[in-house]
Amino acid sequence: MLNDLKDFLLNDFFVTGDPLILGSQVAIALSIVAIVFVLTYFKKWKWLWTEWLTTVDHKRIGIMYIIASLLMLFRGGVDALLMRVQLAAPQLEFLHADHYNQIFTTHGVIMILFMAMPLMFGLFNIVLPLQIGARDVAYPFLNALSFWLFFWGAMLFNVSFVIGGSPDTGWLAYPPLSGLQLSPGVGQDFYIWGIQISGIGSLATGINFVATILKMRAPGMKLMDMPMFAWSVLASCVTIMFAFPILTVTLFLLFLDRYLGAHFFTLDAGGNPMMYINLIWMWGHPEVYIVILPAFGIFSEVVSTFARKKLFGYKSMVFALMSISVASFFTWAHHFFTMGSGANVNAFFAITTMIIAIPTGVKVFNWLFTMFRGRITFSTPMLWTIAFIPCFVIGGMTGVLLSVAPADFQFHNSYFLIAHFHQVLIGGVVFGYFAGLYYWWPKLFGFKLHEGLGKWAFWFWNIGFYVCFMPQYVLGLMGMTRRFNEYDFDMGWQPLNIVSTVGAFLMGIAFIFQVWQIAHSIKFLKKEKTGDAWDGRTLEWSIPSPPPVYNFARLPQVSGRDPWWEEKQRIARGEQPSPLPPLEPIHMPKNSGIPFIMSFFWFVAGFGFVWDWKWMIIPGLAGVVICMLIRSFSYDTDYYISVEEIERTEAKLRGAY
Amino acid sequence: MLMAALLSGCTDKVIVLDPKGPIGEAQKDLIYLSTILCLIVIVPVLLLTAWVVWRYRDKPGRKAAYKPEWEHNTKLEIIWWTIPILIIIALGTVTVKYTYALEPSKPIESEKEPVTIQVTSLDWKWLFKYPDEGIATVNYVNIPEDVPIRFQLTSETAMNSFWIPQLGGQIYTMSGMAMTLYLQADEPGTYYGSGANFTGEHFAKMTFDVNAMPQEEYDEWVKQAKASGNPLTEEGYEQLKIPGTTGTHTFSSFPKGLFEKVVNQYAVGGSAHRHHGAAPGGESESRKEDAGAKGEHAHTPAASPSPSGGSHHAGH
Ligand code: HEM
Ligand SMILES: [Cu+2]
Ligand SMILES: [Cu+2]
Repeated sequence: MLNDLKDFLLNDFFVTGDPLILGSQVAIALSIVAIVFVLTYFKKWKWLWTEWLTTVDHKRIGIMYIIASLLMLFRGGVDALLMRVQLAAPQLEFLHADHYNQIFTTHGVIMILFMAMPLMFGLFNIVLPLQIGARDVAYPFLNALSFWLFFWGAMLFNVSFVIGGSPDTGWLAYPPLSGLQLSPGVGQDFYIWGIQISGIGSLATGINFVATILKMRAPGMKLMDMPMFAWSVLASCVTIMFAFPILTVTLFLLFLDRYLGAHFFTLDAGGNPMMYINLIWMWGHPEVYIVILPAFGIFSEVVSTFARKKLFGYKSMVFALMSISVASFFTWAHHFFTMGSGANVNAFFAITTMIIAIPTGVKVFNWLFTMFRGRITFSTPMLWTIAFIPCFVIGGMTGVLLSVAPADFQFHNSYFLIAHFHQVLIGGVVFGYFAGLYYWWPKLFGFKLHEGLGKWAFWFWNIGFYVCFMPQYVLGLMGMTRRFNEYDFDMGWQPLNIVSTVGAFLMGIAFIFQVWQIAHSIKFLKKEKTGDAWDGRTLEWSIPSPPPVYNFARLPQVSGRDPWWEEKQRIARGEQPSPLPPLEPIHMPKNSGIPFIMSFFWFVAGFGFVWDWKWMIIPGLAGVVICMLIRSFSYDTDYYISVEEIERTEAKLRGAY
Repeated sequence: MLMAALLSGCTDKVIVLDPKGPIGEAQKDLIYLSTILCLIVIVPVLLLTAWVVWRYRDKPGRKAAYKPEWEHNTKLEIIWWTIPILIIIALGTVTVKYTYALEPSKPIESEKEPVTIQVTSLDWKWLFKYPDEGIATVNYVNIPEDVPIRFQLTSETAMNSFWIPQLGGQIYTMSGMAMTLYLQADEPGTYYGSGANFTGEHFAKMTFDVNAMPQEEYDEWVKQAKASGNPLTEEGYEQLKIPGTTGTHTFSSFPKGLFEKVVNQYAVGGSAHRHHGAAPGGESESRKEDAGAKGEHAHTPAASPSPSGGSHHAGH
């Protein structure tokens, strides 16, 4: 009995036998001990629970999203560096084939689903309500639930690194490879449940922000007056609402195949793996637009702030954003032109894909003409934006090349493809979110990040990026396919691979600069007292930094675009500031522990499903249901902030000016 | 930058741009053509970006205009909606034309009869069968130069992708269905081939050589292979199916209809196929000659128990 248990723990449960993994197991154990110790020593448990784990404040939820996503960027980045070391010198067998396969799979999943998505949600949470003059999102409780579902889903996925083994069938897990027969291990189940649980959270966030934008705008703010970032959030979230249900269903069917022996995607009994490939890309392609659209929104804000000029072609921009969001649903088959669906199908999807390039190109022109006749200053957010334009133009061009179906027969699955999607994901999504992070950081925390270190990070990222990925285009044309963990020296691929690895490490150094930048800026904290760090244009800059819980003491009355900029112009012209209406008590949602606890039960249930432990599944799901019931019957979910308290808070925040 | 890197590097290693057959050649032309079309727009955009950023930077005593309220100009916006539209129309036209011309299942024009080679991807090796010659190889494939080759492809396991960059682009190999890909080598030589779609642990080991040779040499090789007295038996195939890697092999014969059996193994009633697997002329069961109309993507009968597939099997 005891021996059986020991056997199970050492052979199946814990991943054993690799020094790298052993190292991380020890590191994880030590960090947990350290965190528990620090929290206990400083008596911070209660603070953690009441101020953070139970919060429904969109700003705090946003901060938690950002912290989590930066940790995931670190993990995904280490994965990337490990792969690059292996590829620079495959002779050394730094990573065995099975480890390499696990690492590129977890790298892809983590970067897209647990890094890009939460960083995006973090920015949505922090910025959107402030920009549209709202006191919170439409459904604050649901918002907290979304975050904790993401958090516990990501935990479940990451735990597979030390327990049970990581998934190793690629970030989209095509069957039959991901089916029970060819992937009998639990890694694939961790994949399914980790993504599934966090995916439900993403869907809820999408719904939440659409409702927020449609229903919670400040009085007088028409849709066509919204800041461009708000439009991009709307476009992204509408896309989420239509795309994520497809993912949920697809993964659920894969789960049924694996768990109950269903035959949706198997080869026998009438199943069809091609169905999965279609379905997963019906989500997967919109997904890449889900993450890039908000970056477009961020660039629009930054460009007009730092060129000190109105955004050029507002209506074109809105139209472009919304049409991309619709068109993104009609291009999925460009991911498998080589599946032999025939010339008609390929021609159709080639054209739809190319059509998307049109609104995208228009946006670039509009950004350029926002700078044209502007007065450009080069603070870090603007640097990222300027670097983005050429990077994205080139990445977009290689994307158009890939959409030329018969040419894609030569690009597909090669390093050309890898270079392309990293160029748009790093040069577009990551640069965009960095721009946003630098831009809104002072709003969030009330101090600016050190510009000098930020510029070092900026240059290392940029140079590293080109050094890393430009050679990969060539490697693709040299016939190197993706997901190779080794290659023959005769192919002549090694020199470029070494260059590429050097570039990857330059980006690694860039990340260290950013960590240093944050640490340095906290240590030598210089409070940013005006609340308007960049001479901004939109409503979030009209309130103190960091904003009070209720954001706006009085809901702003809006007429037209760039309301804060216009107000400042009026005052500069010597006009009276807009009159203030009297304060009124503010209605706020109460904190709740249910989102955290309920998501934890999801984690328990998911873990149970992974191992097929009924004794764990049943209490897990029961816990979820009980949490729902408790929430349905609790009526004490809100409170009012009195006028006196608002006055006190405002005097404290504004008095500091 | 890309081009510079290409030109300075040893170009003969950039195999996609150094094709040795008509399909690869056409694809290379298309790659160049589409690149040029794209560059027509993006080079001016890149220059414009540099100019705008430089000219409108903030500095004391700057002379360039500053118009903070200037936010709209219909004429300009029409221009930059039009430019990408025009380029996309041009590129789209080219693409559609080539999509039909290079449809992988479309026979290559030639006065010579195509040679059929049946390709099966296994874990983690490639099996090539020559139904007309009755021989088979593993992890290498010999072809006569200047003769169209009709590859028929399937998979015994996960989905792979069959790619010989210098002859032309890839096509997926999928279990339960047969795909067709026509390629041709215009000159003798050894060309690199690989599996391009991830299939698990030793996927990277699935590379193979394609040796294109003059007809006489090819015929000679076929004769030798036949005489080698090393048949691929049913058990031999079962051995081959076991996940693992292996070197190259040559077989003097293989079980008749093996390819069709592999393709049809999941079809309802597929097992009933054993007895008549040897369809006349080695033609794959699942794709009759009329398949061209459907782009020769022969899933329906093989992969899913569609009415036609089902009755077809029952009918035998
Ligand atoms: C820090 C720089 C990065 C480096 C050096 C890097 C490197 C790599 C490498 C070597 C691969 C494996 C290629 C193969 O399939 O053979 C890969 C795959 C991938 N990367 Fe990155 N990466 C980086 C950042 C990112 C970012 C920021 C994202 C997303 C926002 C991302 C998304 C992906 C995806 C989706 C895949 C495909 C995974 C798969 O094949 O299943 N990467 N990356
Ligand atoms: Cu796509
Ligand atoms: Cu197919």
